[in-house]
Amino acid sequence: MKSIVEQKTLALNGDEAVAYAVKQSDVDVVAAYPITPQTIIVERFSEYVANGEVETAFVCTESEHSALTACLAASLTGARTFTASASAGLALMHEMLFVTSGCRAPVVMAIANRALSAPINIHGDQSDTMAQRDSGWIQIYAENAQEVYDSVIQAFRIAEHPDVLLPAMVCLDGFQLSHSVENVNVLPDEVVKKFVGVRKFPLVLTHEGRMAPLKLDPENPMTMGPLAFPNYYFEFKRQQEEAMKNALRVIREVHDEYAKISGRSYGDGLLDPYFLEDAEIAIVCLGSTAGTVKTVADDLRTEGIKAGLLRIRTFRPLPVDGIKRALKHVRAVAVMDKSMSFGGFGGAVFHEVRHALYDLDEKPLAVNYIYGLGGRDTSPMQIRMIYKDLQEILAKNRVETPVKYVGLRE
Amino acid sequence: MQSEWKFTAKDIAEKPDLFMSGHRACAGCAPATVMRLIMKALRGPTIVTQATGCMEVVSTIYPYTSWAVPWLHTAFENAAANASGIEAAIKMLKKKGRIKHEHVDVIAIAGDGGTYDIGIQALSGAVERGHDFLFVLYDNEAYMNTGIQRSGGTPLGASTTTSPAGEVIPGKLEPKKPIADIMAAHEIPYVATASPYYWRDLITKVRKGLEVEGPAFLHVFSPCPRGWRSDPAKSIELSRLAVETCVFPLWECVNGEYQLSAPSKVIAMAPQKKKPVREYLAVQGRFRHLFTPKYEKLLDEIQRITDQRWQKLLKKCGIA
Repeated sequence: MKSIVEQKTLALNGDEAVAYAVKQSDVDVVAAYPITPQTIIVERFSEYVANGEVETAFVCTESEHSALTACLAASLTGARTFTASASAGLALMHEMLFVTSGCRAPVVMAIANRALSAPINIHGDQSDTMAQRDSGWIQIYAENAQEVYDSVIQAFRIAEHPDVLLPAMVCLDGFQLSHSVENVNVLPDEVVKKFVGVRKFPLVLTHEGRMAPLKLDPENPMTMGPLAFPNYYFEFKRQQEEAMKNALRVIREVHDEYAKISGRSYGDGLLDPYFLEDAEIAIVCLGSTAGTVKTVADDLRTEGIKAGLLRIRTFRPLPVDGIKRALKHVRAVAVMDKSMSFGGFGGAVFHEVRHALYDLDEKPLAVNYIYGLGGRDTSPMQIRMIYKDLQEILAKNRVETPVKYVGLRE
Repeated sequence: MQSEWKFTAKDIAEKPDLFMSGHRACAGCAPATVMRLIMKALRGPTIVTQATGCMEVVSTIYPYTSWAVPWLHTAFENAAANASGIEAAIKMLKKKGRIKHEHVDVIAIAGDGGTYDIGIQALSGAVERGHDFLFVLYDNEAYMNTGIQRSGGTPLGASTTTSPAGEVIPGKLEPKKPIADIMAAHEIPYVATASPYYWRDLITKVRKGLEVEGPAFLHVFSPCPRGWRSDPAKSIELSRLAVETCVFPLWECVNGEYQLSAPSKVIAMAPQKKKPVREYLAVQGRFRHLFTPKYEKLLDEIQRITDQRWQKLLKKCGIA
């Protein structure tokens, strides 16, 4: 393809890929606080700042709560903003996640997924971002460092799109992606700068009766983050849901446009299927685990087993129709969750995927596998066992144990 | 620090109100008066950010607003972090030529809860980083927005709904946290205290706080008739009494140098003018129990602490 831009290959870990993408995206303000396994992002970015490689105000805040607050306020002042976090830091931001989406501030954040205390554990699982799934943020889960880089650049375009105006987080598995070095193809600076463009602002009616760009601007005073009583609050929330619906389209559009430039695509930007068209049994998962699943699926295919994978790239907004279309012909589905929903029925991804399948006339059998908590390794052998389980479920034509644990001592 | 800015009462009267009428503050609300006075000191393009609290709640009930300047609220504990973000954004957008203003002043406003207590971390962090903004604390000495619960700014002996005066406990057991001194200890360029009775002094100090490069902190005394169980007509008088009794002395700390402001300096020069604290306490329902035999000795303790703090201040100002 002629339109694909010539790129250079760098050896970057996932965190460095984030920092590099942010460096290229003409970000005005980065406010952050370090936390493992996100630390490398702010360290690399500090180096860019120290060496004058970026035109970005870098605010080293005293907490994650203030980091997101500063990004939110800067964003509403008209800046393109970025922050990064993980685990306890993300939990500390919890309150501000809702305020950011409620204020419709297109902040972009990278999360190096990590377990939550107690017991304290610095290693990777997705408990932190799953706990924030109802905070009104777009959530994109990347499979490898390359996708991390591509997704951060896309996230600015998606979040700032006037039909969306929602904050977006790009999630990368802690250590598996954040600390593992891979070859990453990077676009030239000017190509990224052109792709993300200069932030645009929708015109809104101010209380002084003028149309003005939606930002804190002394020329056009606006009151942001006011108090809304029961007579108005509900409508604000309904509009956020509408923006999420729009995001399904915008994510696809931005993804496709980026694919034309970079030559890299991830399904339709929302769902990334692998050997799924004729699959009888399939695994559904998020993030880096998909790489392991693909390897196993390759092997099973050579053995004549019709195994497939559906990787959910965008968990918020959840592409429900796409999930239904992708899985309707599959006979048994294993949904993998790298987090728990205590006292519920399996993990968050299982809840949602199984729920999406409910409306199908002929539903696949569905089973949940909780795995990898606190950074526990998940081997190809374990993935193979899951596929084998699915075959047994098919043979019996029923699910005996709907929620199972992978690699757990019991 | 000398401000070049001089103004007359007429100038102030003619200046448009940027904190406008129509807000829903209670009768006799000193903080609302304080807001109006603060906004009289503006020198140009300004963005205001505010913590959750009475003044935010009464002034921005959607779809109405009392603010004629760009205004932002995000949460209770983070007014200073808001200001950090706004200031950083303006600097960078200016550098990139995306905003035309030569300079934009940033003011963060919070009550005592949002400053002494939940907001102190963000405030301390923001001033340590040296952001150029003015933080105004309007101190009505309790969580008035949620119904008169004690804060770190509530004075010793005050009865609040979470430090009620009862049979065995005489209201709040701890003295007020010396917040302005804590801010001065951050070695920021400008810290001052003000009272709405001395409106000229207050407006001047707001302007000085804006003129300073780097963080400035202004602690404004703000009586709340609902929470203080005081006559709504007496809020401004109480603002004077607090200064005259040295419960709330007026001073500035410019680049580490403390100096008394005129109303308190008068008392320092003529100590016979210093009124007893009882005069100030007696007109407030929140201290009513202190005037019963059971808790009367606390009155002496409050007087002792007030005197001690006043002496300490005089020392810092090189007077005693």
